[in-house]
Amino acid sequence: MASIAAPRIAEFRFREDSILPGFGLTFGFSLVYLALIVLIPLAALTLHALGASFADIWRILTQPRVLASFRLSFGASLLAASINAVFGLLLAWSLTRYEFPGRRLLDALVDLPFAMPTAVSGIALATVFSGNGWIGRWLEPLGFKVAYTWVGVTVALTLIGLPFVVRTLQPALLAVPPEVEDAAESLGASRFYTFRRVILPAVLPAWATGFALAFGRAVGEYGSVIFIAGNLPMKTEITPLLIVISLEQYDYRAASVIGFGMLVISFFLLLLINLLQAWQRRRSGRRR
Amino acid sequence: MAVGKPREIDRPGAHTWRARLGRAAIIAVATAFAACLLVVPLCAVFAQALAKGWEAYFEAFGSSDTHAAIRLTLITALIVVPLNTIFGIAAAYAIARFEFRGKSVLTTLIELPFAVSPVISGLVYVLLFGAQGWFGVWLQEHDISIVFALPGIILATLFVTFPYVARELIPLLQILGAEEEEAAISLGAGPWMTFFRVTLPKIRWGVIYGVILCNARAMGEFGAVSVVSGHIRGLTTTMPLHVEILYNEYDFVGAFAVASLLSLLALLTLVIKTAIELRSGYRR
Repeated sequence: MASIAAPRIAEFRFREDSILPGFGLTFGFSLVYLALIVLIPLAALTLHALGASFADIWRILTQPRVLASFRLSFGASLLAASINAVFGLLLAWSLTRYEFPGRRLLDALVDLPFAMPTAVSGIALATVFSGNGWIGRWLEPLGFKVAYTWVGVTVALTLIGLPFVVRTLQPALLAVPPEVEDAAESLGASRFYTFRRVILPAVLPAWATGFALAFGRAVGEYGSVIFIAGNLPMKTEITPLLIVISLEQYDYRAASVIGFGMLVISFFLLLLINLLQAWQRRRSGRRR
Repeated sequence: MAVGKPREIDRPGAHTWRARLGRAAIIAVATAFAACLLVVPLCAVFAQALAKGWEAYFEAFGSSDTHAAIRLTLITALIVVPLNTIFGIAAAYAIARFEFRGKSVLTTLIELPFAVSPVISGLVYVLLFGAQGWFGVWLQEHDISIVFALPGIILATLFVTFPYVARELIPLLQILGAEEEEAAISLGAGPWMTFFRVTLPKIRWGVIYGVILCNARAMGEFGAVSVVSGHIRGLTTTMPLHVEILYNEYDFVGAFAVASLLSLLALLTLVIKTAIELRSGYRR
């Protein structure tokens, strides 16, 4: 690379010059570690799943029990992410725009689903929402059975998705310049109109990102769901649980095919989220 | 997270009764939602653990299986967190300090484990090292057990907590810039001296921040570990798995007692995290 006379344009450069040392060590170590822990295992899953014939893959993925689990996992995740989109916006708005007693505490508590082990959230939710639990006993007489139904699955997925929406919306809400709001209002817009036409468009990409992150996490979630779901075949079995059941029956093929299906979906979601984040950066005109 | 100055209260018209009412309604709905979903389950953990009094609560920690679960969780975290911290610092240094091709791909790949279901994070290692896995026969011949043993639990936990430190440090190092390191090098400091005396002190809050989040997840991971552990009581059950076993045996006081320890860990994590944010002004 140090050839003096070589024309610069034709030269392939893997990296720009820098006076700082340590590129080889840190880059090499990162790459090897990434390959060993993440890439090779994921490649193994892909190869294992694609080792089956197309007919086999189709047969596994279209079993009624698997289809029912897809319906539940995607339906409940979509619903949970939507609930989070609404209430997460209210929460992020309250936390960034208002002053009220306990605001700091509430702000810190939003991260609880990140910090709390999912199994603990799971048994806690199952207890609280069961027929004689603290919240369940008020809902049961009204005809809402939560624990051991799809509603319970949705509640658990809402819990674990909440921080994603709030945490992506907060910086976006703070980044809206006060001047544009002032301008809108001085031109006669009502508060709600300003919110709808000025603030909401500015935070829309962040909102969508939060929704996609919450949805992606919910689809793969396992620990917090299985305790409250009841796990009835065809009714309240989520897709990750089917992978576990297949493994327990030593059906590695089914486990890897279903797992690969979920992996493909995660890839597309990751791609979507990256696009949404690029959109957010363009809109807010600054880097994270 | 966001501290900032609350903006609504000094807007014109913020003191009319309509604005006050609207504000109160929004805060009430948001707080009630958070309370039902976050606070009530948290309180339920402690209430259930203490349902039969303090004596029963402390008795729950007397069993040798519980001791073994706590020990296994601590061992796992002690191995996983340092490894992923070293990786996080190395990856952040390479990505934030140098310009090279495929950088954005590398950044995305590092975040990949977050996008993958925990169950899949365990499954991949079963497919590699399980009895029917690629290396299954070879491992059996050499009498090495990975799946249903400590190495499998460590690998699965490494996978799920992989991005925690790196994704804190990459943006942090990018924001902080390389001028001080360049100055140190041009003044004759060696690479290691520059790293330990310049780079590391600059990012220490970010490192601690990433480490406590990584640790919380490492100690609390359930799905991935559940797939590779085999649930052998007293041998391959971490604390979250032990909670599951006790809960399924209807030993609610025992299950919630162990769960209360994990909840205290989660609360401690949040307290340290908030303290770092307040003290250093660091936040992601």
